[in-house]
Amino acid sequence: MNTLGTVDPLFAHGVDGWGVVLLIVAIKVLVGFGALMGSVTLMIWFERKAISDMQSRIGPQRWGPFGILQTLADGIKLFFKEDLIPAESDRFVFKLAPYLALVPAVITFAVVPVGGTLHIAGHVVMLQIANPPMGILLLLAMSGISVYGVMLAGWASGSKYPLISSVRASAQMISYEAALGITIVTIVLVTGSLSTHDIVTSQGHWIWHWNVIRLGVVPFVIFWMAITAELGRPPFDVVEADSELVGGFNTEYSSIRFALFYMAEFMNTITMSAIIVTLFFGGPAGWVPPVSHLRWVFPIVWFVLKTTIFCFCYIWFRAALPRFRYDQVMDLGWKRLIPLSLGWMLIVAGFLLRPAYGFIMAAVVMLASVVLGRAFILGQTRETGADSILPPVGPRPLPPEVLRSWSDREEE
Amino acid sequence: MAGPLNFFGGFKLTFQHLARPPVTLSYPEEKRPKQPRQHGRHVLNRYEDGMEKCIGCELCAGACPVNCIYVRGLDNPPDHPVSPGERYGYVYEINYLRCIHCDLCVEACPTQAITETKMFEFSFTNRADAIYTKAELVVDDEGFPKHLPWEDWRDGEAEMTGGWMRATSPSGDASYEGVVQWTGDLGNGVRAPEAGQSTNRDDDATGSKQLRRAFFRHLQPIDVNEDQRGLQGMLSEARKKMPKRFGGSR
Repeated sequence: MNTLGTVDPLFAHGVDGWGVVLLIVAIKVLVGFGALMGSVTLMIWFERKAISDMQSRIGPQRWGPFGILQTLADGIKLFFKEDLIPAESDRFVFKLAPYLALVPAVITFAVVPVGGTLHIAGHVVMLQIANPPMGILLLLAMSGISVYGVMLAGWASGSKYPLISSVRASAQMISYEAALGITIVTIVLVTGSLSTHDIVTSQGHWIWHWNVIRLGVVPFVIFWMAITAELGRPPFDVVEADSELVGGFNTEYSSIRFALFYMAEFMNTITMSAIIVTLFFGGPAGWVPPVSHLRWVFPIVWFVLKTTIFCFCYIWFRAALPRFRYDQVMDLGWKRLIPLSLGWMLIVAGFLLRPAYGFIMAAVVMLASVVLGRAFILGQTRETGADSILPPVGPRPLPPEVLRSWSDREEE
Repeated sequence: MAGPLNFFGGFKLTFQHLARPPVTLSYPEEKRPKQPRQHGRHVLNRYEDGMEKCIGCELCAGACPVNCIYVRGLDNPPDHPVSPGERYGYVYEINYLRCIHCDLCVEACPTQAITETKMFEFSFTNRADAIYTKAELVVDDEGFPKHLPWEDWRDGEAEMTGGWMRATSPSGDASYEGVVQWTGDLGNGVRAPEAGQSTNRDDDATGSKQLRRAFFRHLQPIDVNEDQRGLQGMLSEARKKMPKRFGGSR
């Protein structure tokens, strides 16, 4: 195997059929983009419908059967609304930010393998828009960029609630990126490749071959939590906590720019569900019936099915779980998920070398977790103990004579 | 459930709610049954012989806490009297931009001339439209409230124009509970009193529909009426929906 992973077989024969190869790539991009856009429309509708069912409401019902065209109607409405730019805003950055949020969400989907392979015009075509050698690192890179979208939107609005929201967003995403990265390292260790195609093919066809079981369930749970926090979806939606921050970073946005943020959020939800399926649930792997034709459809069906289940779970989270406090979010990220994912990665690495090393590593991790747990308890008691009581607001931080000298200087 | 599994209680509950029917209705198309004592827009009732009940005494205007009622009485013309007795309500106007639907006018009225319907959906594009005069308020010749062109009525909504009045026993004395102290209405005759708490309720006679009965599926098990519980409840609900010739109660 190539050290950088499987090369896209479309380019295996070099560039002899430039026209055909280019056409295939263009079609893949167009179909992928269209499918993603369509699924975003459906996802928004599905979320609203499902959550209204969970709350014993009716939900969208006016446009189309079961209100399925509601998103379209909303989009048209938003498109024709007045596009306001606050006077205090940084106009260029304000206009740029929605695209910084949307584009990474689209790009991440490019590395997700949607199905197996197809044979078109003598070329082997992977049902995946791109299979770059750095593969899954694209996810980390793009989620890093999408922070900029949120952060710059909040900053450029020139308003205090969006600013608070953007500070929260950047802190939250940075905190959870660590746990996310370490979990991905665990997967990459097992796979031996960064390419998403290899990650999928290294997982077998049945559930006990998939990474979710193969790595123990813990990395999956960590990854799921971390990715939910990255998305800023409930219960980690302190970024757009409606009760505290009006609407969060997009408070000052209206019209089509707001629609872009909205779309980015749901596109991210779908993409991250797809990433979870790719990394832990074998991607398009699943039972294929023994038929002679259209065998390539079944992996796609499996993939869509698994992704839909995870999309539904996000909706379910939103209905069932209350929002975390901001300090709880930070607590979970830094004190629980990062040590846990690190320890689990070390254990997996040990077992990959030799089982004996694995057991040694497990013992070391156990010991470390006891020490860490003790440290947390000590830290907490200090926080809530007698030392933590600060004196009431006392004299000014600057001595009076300094203040006086400053004011004197102004008078001169 | 207790202990750490309690975390999943919310998931279980929300998932169960997926299968439950929605509590809300598609409002303009469907409407919830209203309570018989609902305070809606007023009507001016008439006696069974067609005479108006209002005597122009202005007690309603005096009782009104927001001064939304304007009444002027006039001596009945001897050749064609409008109401039995000396005087009648010559001008009767209610400003619905002010009315708070407290029903104090209904309680103040000595002849039960003014009562309230269950219709509450007002919409005006003009302040002058908010003032309802006798042309809108007096019941029609069948004894029903006039169907104003902008009002959206459903079956049964125009009935029960005096629920609150009939619920009140004279002087608030419990021994008069269920005793009729009002005169007959045009088209309806003397209406049945609302059964008090001490007697068996005759909800059919008074048009009482409990929301608790209508939406029993959304209640906690302990709050569901006994005849709607369990298998027997399902059977009796099904029987209610069946036509009479198949043994249903309808």
